[in-house]
Amino acid sequence: MKSSTTATGASATSRARRSHALGRLLFLGPGLLYLVAFVVVPLGLIVSYTVFRRGRFGGIVYEFTWENFARLDDSLYRDVVLGSLKLAAIATLIALLVGYPTAYLIAQLPKKWKTIALVVIVMPFWTNFLVRIYAWVVLLSGPGLVNSALLDLGLIDKPLELLYNQGTVVTGLVYSYLPLMILPLYAAIEKLDPQLREASANLGAGPVRTFFSVTLPLTLPGVLTGSLFVFVPSFGNFIIPELLGGGRSTMVGNVIRDQFLKARDWPFGATLTLALLVVLIVLLLAQAWSSRRA
Amino acid sequence: MSRTRFTRRLPAAALAAGLALAVSACGGEAADTAAPAAGASSARLDPNADLSKQSVAISVWADYTPKDLPERVKEKLKTNLKVTLHDTNEAIMAKLTSGADTGLDVAFVSGQYAQALNEAGLLEPLHPELIPNLANLYPEAKELAFDKGNVFSVPYTWGTTGICYRTDLVKTPPTSWNDILSPPADAVKKVTMMTTERWLALPAIKALGMSVNTRSDDDLAKVKEKLLAAKPNLLGYDDTTFGDKLKSGEAVMVEAWDGWCPTSEKNIKFVVPKEGSDLWVDTMVVLKSSKNKEAAHAFINYILDPEIHRWAAENILYKVPNKAAMDAMDAKLKAANAPLQMSPSDLLKGESIVDLGEDSVKFTRLATEVAAQQ
Repeated sequence: MKSSTTATGASATSRARRSHALGRLLFLGPGLLYLVAFVVVPLGLIVSYTVFRRGRFGGIVYEFTWENFARLDDSLYRDVVLGSLKLAAIATLIALLVGYPTAYLIAQLPKKWKTIALVVIVMPFWTNFLVRIYAWVVLLSGPGLVNSALLDLGLIDKPLELLYNQGTVVTGLVYSYLPLMILPLYAAIEKLDPQLREASANLGAGPVRTFFSVTLPLTLPGVLTGSLFVFVPSFGNFIIPELLGGGRSTMVGNVIRDQFLKARDWPFGATLTLALLVVLIVLLLAQAWSSRRA
Repeated sequence: MSRTRFTRRLPAAALAAGLALAVSACGGEAADTAAPAAGASSARLDPNADLSKQSVAISVWADYTPKDLPERVKEKLKTNLKVTLHDTNEAIMAKLTSGADTGLDVAFVSGQYAQALNEAGLLEPLHPELIPNLANLYPEAKELAFDKGNVFSVPYTWGTTGICYRTDLVKTPPTSWNDILSPPADAVKKVTMMTTERWLALPAIKALGMSVNTRSDDDLAKVKEKLLAAKPNLLGYDDTTFGDKLKSGEAVMVEAWDGWCPTSEKNIKFVVPKEGSDLWVDTMVVLKSSKNKEAAHAFINYILDPEIHRWAAENILYKVPNKAAMDAMDAKLKAANAPLQMSPSDLLKGESIVDLGEDSVKFTRLATEVAAQQ
């Protein structure tokens, strides 16, 4: 009798646990399904491609090889990756230098103006990316708006070479991803308790010291998140180097695209993608680690 | 002319197809043992097949055929036409060689890719008896290096690559590829070259007197050196907007496909450099996997109809290898666009670009090396 009660109780608990698990699965299901279908499976395919040979007309020949990884050591691709890292890092740094004061200012605005300022920051995203990039071509090209204005004003004799160089590529990257820097910075600065700054001032620190010892360390997670948000898409970008760089400079995104679409070398394209992914994962982990410490 | 013949033939064709079906049902073996059509290695096609029972699925570049082609095909051939688009040869090649059933009957690809598809055993040898309009083609159209005699491909458009330039902005008209590679002082930083690998290499290859189909590492090392030396004087590499750059004056000299050079502008001219150039051909091929081969052939035959084929010449300003169509095209348009007046024999002086197989990666690497160099 007693044992049977226990048994019923136990089964009730396990039933409850089971239904709880079922409920959890039900809620998680769509998200998990999405992740599996659009992240795990494609990523698995990409990873699996890296150890096979190139099909002559694109596609894969299923013969195992490490050759694709060996090719990563080629100075040509190493230089392209390093060059992309450099351009993305410069763009991130400039975005940070421009974005931090902007975010700081917005955080000090009255509430109504804050909203307006944030909308203005986000507004460019409502226009197609390609159109925005092409607008730079219209602005900066030889007979473009900037040059013709300068010529008309008599400030220059012949059009400046504003387009098709690495500086323009960096400008394009900063322009495109600056909002992604400002928003997390704004969120971090906004959260900051103004009393901490007052306390710092009361203790005798000047504005510079207060900034570097109080404000900046406390908003560091925002700085890191923003930097990552700018760095990641900059690193893999291929449209900006193509349109604003005039095809004269190439980034790792261009090489990957060319491997898939021109060279029909899917395995090596996949290997480069994986290499890029590893770099980015390391950065993400570093960011996660530092924001947990902060 | 051929169009009316086709329309009139249709009811008879339907009747004949019905009869053939009845005959083959009675004595299938007799039909099977009949000799296959000359030149056709695969199954015999029925010249009288009922096309209304078939459909045609094609893959083609955007804006490369008339927008109302499906309606026209439906009207003339009584068959449904489904058009899918591809951006590049590489994209359609990946699709066709993936091994999956694409459901496509006809694909538009450039000559060297048709050759590669044929080598991969993916193409149906053409059944010329089903394409009477082949007679409309110039004799030169049967002399193409990648497919002599049109065994597996029918040329749709052809042309060459040269220098497109502003007559008012360059002092001496360009005559040589070296004018692009080391431009005169007034053209420095106002020159573009193409980025697609084979054409990126073309000016240097021709200036060095090599074959466009060279696979030699020594040759390509020299080509690379020449391309890198040219890079500082270029405005950029451009495959798509060089015509606009020329019109705006941002560029004064560009490497261009003949059909893309805006020669209808008063101050813009196209020239084939003295060192020679290439001959590119875009073709139509029938896929071996096609289940509607009769309709596929009828479709190609219909495209070769001067009425349809001249559409390409008049609307995309590419030369078509169809004498009847070129003769029928708008004379004013032809007069206004000099490249359209180039004769087939002049065109054939250009060197056909052929598929390089495994060695094609050498050109990809070359293009990456040139682009990556700062």
